[in-house]
Amino acid sequence: MSLIQLTATDLLKKLSAGEVTSVEVTQAFLDQIESADKQVGAFLSVTKDSALEQAADVDSRRKAGKPVGLLGGVPVAIKDLLCTKGQVTTCASKMLENFIPPYDATVVRKIREADGVLIGKTNMDEFAMGGSTENSALGKTSNPWNLDCVPGGSSGGAAACVAASMAPLSIGTDTGGSIRQPAGFCGVTGLKPTYGRVSRFGLIAFASSLDQIGPMARTAEDAALLLEAISGHDPMDSTSANVASPQFSQTVGKPLEGLRIGLVKEHFGDGLDSEVEATVREAVKVYQSLGATISDVSLPHNKYAIATYYIIAPSEASSNLARYDGVHYGHRCDEKQMIEQLAAEKKAFEESGDEEGLRNMDTSLVRMYRQSRAEGLGPEVKRRIMLGTYTLSAGYYDAYYLKALKVRRLIRQDYDTAFKEVDLIVGPTTPSTAFKTGAKTDDPLSMYLEDLYTVSANLAGVGGISIPCGFSTTGMPIGLQLQAPPLAEEKLLQASHMFQQATDWHTRRPELS
Amino acid sequence: MSESLPYKIVIGLEVHVQLATKTKLFCRCSTEYGNAPNTQTCPVCLAMPGAMPVMNREAFQLGMRTACALDLQIPLFTKWDRKNYYYPDLPKGYQISQFDLPMSEKGTLYISDPKGRFEPKDVGIIRAHLEEDAGKSMHDEANGKADSRIDLNRCGTPLLEIVSEPDMSSPEEAKAYLEELKLILSYLGVSDCNMQEGSLRVDANINLHIETKNGKIATPIVEIKNMNSFRAVERALHYEAPRQYDIWQETGGVIGEISKETRGWDDSAQVTRAQREKEDMSDYRYFPEPDLAPVTVTEAQIAEVKASLSELPQQIRKRLQADYKISEYDAEVIVNQGQATVDYYEALVSKVNDGKLAANWITQGVLRILKEQQIEIDAFPITTDRLADLLSAVQNKEIDTTRAKDVFEKLLESETSVADMMKEMGIEKVDDSAIDSLCRELLEANPKVVADLKAGKQQAVGSLIGQAKKKNPNIDPGSFRKLCLEIVQSM
Repeated sequence: MSLIQLTATDLLKKLSAGEVTSVEVTQAFLDQIESADKQVGAFLSVTKDSALEQAADVDSRRKAGKPVGLLGGVPVAIKDLLCTKGQVTTCASKMLENFIPPYDATVVRKIREADGVLIGKTNMDEFAMGGSTENSALGKTSNPWNLDCVPGGSSGGAAACVAASMAPLSIGTDTGGSIRQPAGFCGVTGLKPTYGRVSRFGLIAFASSLDQIGPMARTAEDAALLLEAISGHDPMDSTSANVASPQFSQTVGKPLEGLRIGLVKEHFGDGLDSEVEATVREAVKVYQSLGATISDVSLPHNKYAIATYYIIAPSEASSNLARYDGVHYGHRCDEKQMIEQLAAEKKAFEESGDEEGLRNMDTSLVRMYRQSRAEGLGPEVKRRIMLGTYTLSAGYYDAYYLKALKVRRLIRQDYDTAFKEVDLIVGPTTPSTAFKTGAKTDDPLSMYLEDLYTVSANLAGVGGISIPCGFSTTGMPIGLQLQAPPLAEEKLLQASHMFQQATDWHTRRPELS
Repeated sequence: MSESLPYKIVIGLEVHVQLATKTKLFCRCSTEYGNAPNTQTCPVCLAMPGAMPVMNREAFQLGMRTACALDLQIPLFTKWDRKNYYYPDLPKGYQISQFDLPMSEKGTLYISDPKGRFEPKDVGIIRAHLEEDAGKSMHDEANGKADSRIDLNRCGTPLLEIVSEPDMSSPEEAKAYLEELKLILSYLGVSDCNMQEGSLRVDANINLHIETKNGKIATPIVEIKNMNSFRAVERALHYEAPRQYDIWQETGGVIGEISKETRGWDDSAQVTRAQREKEDMSDYRYFPEPDLAPVTVTEAQIAEVKASLSELPQQIRKRLQADYKISEYDAEVIVNQGQATVDYYEALVSKVNDGKLAANWITQGVLRILKEQQIEIDAFPITTDRLADLLSAVQNKEIDTTRAKDVFEKLLESETSVADMMKEMGIEKVDDSAIDSLCRELLEANPKVVADLKAGKQQAVGSLIGQAKKKNPNIDPGSFRKLCLEIVQSM
């Protein structure tokens, strides 16, 4: 088996046994990127030189018998929403196309410290807003299982690079399903941890109260490894949970006894593709055969989750993205052209005697803001900024934002109630498999409904994971979502590992020409 | 004084105080004033993507101290909110502030005027909340260019915004409120209150209540900004009240019909001028700051802060009056100078055992010199020991007050002891027999004075005192006068 087919866990074994070097491993993945990424388009930038340097450094330390970190020279891809010191960090936006942060995100720093080799930054929906990666302003990513289909999003590049064996491990972020949905679409394992489990410092904010960074990999074992490397309290992030971080890689292999699984009634209703439903029900039988008990649970407020999400997330986004105003960094419009344009407008108003037009003219500062943002931000980002600005406005705040916060509490209570009865909630990750590129671009609402099963976990702050559980007749992967109570990532990983010990869906790879 | 006016003035004040923390409210950058632009910045206060705020506990602690000193109630739960607006010196596009759950509310501040221009009163304080400062925009329009430059050193400096009730009814009361507030803040050590450096900023809200045939009306509220000293606040309010009255007489516009106006004080022209409102400033779209956890406070923490408060100005004034039998006015003058002057005064009193005498020498002597020389009391060259020696000499009648003042002036310029200085100046106590013989000699030489004195014109002794001092400068005028009168009476 070639190196790129191996899991991170197996690569680590070979690395520590001295059978292979990190430089060799890194080079193998770089070669795969070279050959496969022309078709897939998972990466926005590949940091070949620094990756090989980092790999060589790990090799020399290992050779000298010095300590080597948990990730021991295994390559990791980073979603381009996390700041990487000295390396361009774009958020897949024209606004930050040339932005080079002078600091690492805490997660990136931790990966470096754990000797994960940073091989590149992956494509995504602009500022993580979207579910297909089609909203990237900087490139197109295709689903490795069918290049005519989307990889999902917003962590589309992060999922696709693992599926296409261009990286064994990758970092995604999940605000409403952005790790789990692309993991489902691309047939990989993707975990959204509990809110606060992983530091958000250096993660470029979309919706601060929902955003969470998580691992994407082929197996639950590998996801456990990467989660162990990146989780933990961070004094730089006031919202990070001040709790000890378990050694996930040590506990992932321990089977769960007497596992109680709940099926959410509301996740098996209208809109669910019958093939997906049948596959998910088969997967549940696997758990049954492993000794789990299955019962029905209800998340009665789940039906409000999408509406709630599309008030809270855009509200926060409208504020978080205000800093991209052309003043301090990022894209600024051509000032000379702008000043000339303003002068021409002024002259036209004067000549036509339009006093109201003159009075309402932009100042040069306001025009600079407007034009820079109009040029630098894409349509979906603008749509959400406008939505959020509206819902926070005086006179609407109580009816929208405040009400959404109340519903959010009810959604969390639903989970608390359900988790009194069951250990895990299991269901489909998405209502259907990956759709064709362009199929939903003109219908944002149908795109938003892709998050139907995933977004509640973000609103409630609980963890969730998507693992491959089968394929459609057209050959597209189907994802199984598991959700757990706050800070129960160990259970999520253990249960996923149990499933992957009993099935081989996670071992299948797409064939790229 | 407002009785003669055809209106009642209503004033409320918003004060922004920079808290004296070493570092900013949400990052570790220094708050030091006056350094090269943009040298005290980091990803957090520059609002770089992905950077996150972390609350400075010290700033919260200073806020609690101030709140306790102003009798504000401190809720056990408080949170941060974002106030959204676009301005180039606000790089995040929002200010982290406190909206509906401030860290303190409902307090009072006592103001009084020893000169009696207004009745003492408690001014209500609506709330005091923490927020971060913005940077500074500098507009350089020289050379026909319209260049704006931004310094973000100040961006993120902790501010406490203290909002009063509209309880003040004259510019004098407003000034007294500000002076007392500043005094309390400096006694607490929570701020240096330097208005020139912007560490204390005042906005004033003012309108008028007018009795008309159809009942009481209120004029539209005007907010005045750009006032760089307390005197400017007083003057701006003095200017603004009659201006509002004139406008009302002209237009009849009342509150509600006409929206609040912002005016700037032009100190050189001594007028307020209408300010152009910043674009789209009306709706700040406040919402809870999701990057910061709410702050919880315990009763024990509040009790601890209260216990740690040193004596506040009004308490010290009362104590000085009670303990040392000094006037309200003297207590006010001493306490208003600050803690160091109070310490100086109390050290002096403990040595001379005469509160009134010590107060007189400080208010008329020491403070005059401080003002003339523009120095603080810590730099005053006469220690309390030396001053106490001088006052003891006065108390023992070794020297009269006039000569003691000469000694005082000399002591300012040397470190000589009081005894040596008196010797140097030829000052010594004149013994009783010398006074007696001089007295008799002068009475004999001035029969008219003797006649006047016998006729009851006691002031006639003055000319003899003058002559006596010429003959012997060390003569104590009091003793001389007393003896003269005794001798004449026995004649």
